[in-house]
Amino acid sequence: MRKEVPLLITILTALIVILAFFLTPLAQTQQILLRWYAIIGGFAMFVGVWNLLKKHVFQVSRGKNTFYSLVLVLGFFMTFAFGIYSIVKYKDAFYINSPFMFNFNYVLAPLQSTMFSLLAFFMASAAFRAFRIRRLEAALLLFAASIVMLGRVPAGYALWHKLPLIAEWIMKIPSMAVQRGIGIGITLGAVGMSLRIILGIERPYLR
Amino acid sequence: MNVHVTRRIVYLVVALAVIMPMLFLKGKPVTVSEPVSNAFQAIDTLKEGSYILISTDYGPGTMPEVNPMVYAIVRHAFRKNLKVVYLSVIDALGLALGDQVIKNVAQEYGKEYGKDFVNLGFKPGAEAVIVSLGKEIRDIFPEDVRGVPLDSMEITRNIHNLKDFAIVVDFASGYGITAWIRYAQARFGVFLVGCVTAVMGPENYPYLDSGQLKGLVAGLKGAAEYETLLGKPAIATRGMPAQSAVHILIIVLIVIGNILYLLEKRKRK
Repeated sequence: MRKEVPLLITILTALIVILAFFLTPLAQTQQILLRWYAIIGGFAMFVGVWNLLKKHVFQVSRGKNTFYSLVLVLGFFMTFAFGIYSIVKYKDAFYINSPFMFNFNYVLAPLQSTMFSLLAFFMASAAFRAFRIRRLEAALLLFAASIVMLGRVPAGYALWHKLPLIAEWIMKIPSMAVQRGIGIGITLGAVGMSLRIILGIERPYLR
Repeated sequence: MNVHVTRRIVYLVVALAVIMPMLFLKGKPVTVSEPVSNAFQAIDTLKEGSYILISTDYGPGTMPEVNPMVYAIVRHAFRKNLKVVYLSVIDALGLALGDQVIKNVAQEYGKEYGKDFVNLGFKPGAEAVIVSLGKEIRDIFPEDVRGVPLDSMEITRNIHNLKDFAIVVDFASGYGITAWIRYAQARFGVFLVGCVTAVMGPENYPYLDSGQLKGLVAGLKGAAEYETLLGKPAIATRGMPAQSAVHILIIVLIVIGNILYLLEKRKRK
């Protein structure tokens, strides 16, 4: 029963949600299921936060990787406290001058932006050390990429006014054809995987 | 030269290529591409008082790229006296980011919360939330982010589902835009404009061609193009010289890398 019941729920839910696209009488049931999905999504976030905290509190108590775990635990409780305080005091956690938004704007956002901006350094370094024109395909890739990179910035227009047009053509014709191929491939894969889950062949949620 | 030393030199040159143009060069209006022009037209042709739904599905990591787009499009919306309703279905942090931008622009244009714009909040469950929005907004967002019932606010009193919005604009740094295309556009036929990071631009071109996206604003360049069309150059336009410098630098680095590689190969022979 421990396997059959979740399988039955999966099959029935999937069938109702899919059939509702074609059969209007099922629309209401589909709506209820989608609402449940959103509620479960909320609880899943709670479970995720709980697991993360549990893991790091455990690590702190064991004295293993203490520094980073401590930062995470303190960061979590600090943000949580700021959020509660902001809601109580300003009736809105997103109030511009609230401590929650101060923490968000001056701690979290700069940290995440910094992590993301490091990509520019890694990309430049990788381009210099690893991009080698060993074959015709690599030469073509470099040529197309250079045109798009130049055509997408004002300097490209200054170099040659037709460069942005050529860059746009590359994006609209050859690049789009490839993107379509990739998209169709991914979607076929997703359909196959979904069918396997609906039919109970693939059961990752039961593990 | 030692690999570590080379890497440090590359990092230093990249840092200079970003910082120097930002300090000493002033961005100029840029040439406008067709996808951005279409996005601009889609909003510009809306009647005063039309509703625009904004979904802020991005995070702080992509904030420097996406925030300028939010600024430009919300300025356009408020300038046209459109009613702005915003929410997030992917990233709660995106809501906090978008909220600040929209409130700043609202202040700039003297707009009032609850009358001209409203924040519905964040709900997890992307596709499920979008499909529910297509049926009845109150099913999933019975009240705004402050807990005020939608029926008690002037702006939300008469809106019930996605069909009440003249246009939906999604600011995305990931899966969000796909979810909006598949569920809001394909199922409910909404007018959709995508505002995505530069790397996501190419993968969204097929949706432009199929007409599922009415316009596409990609990356800081897209935001600069939108600012040019608005006639109000701002932060994205100021970032263009730095972006130009880094793009040119990367091409130069690849060329230098390959010349060194060929020289080394010849020496070995």
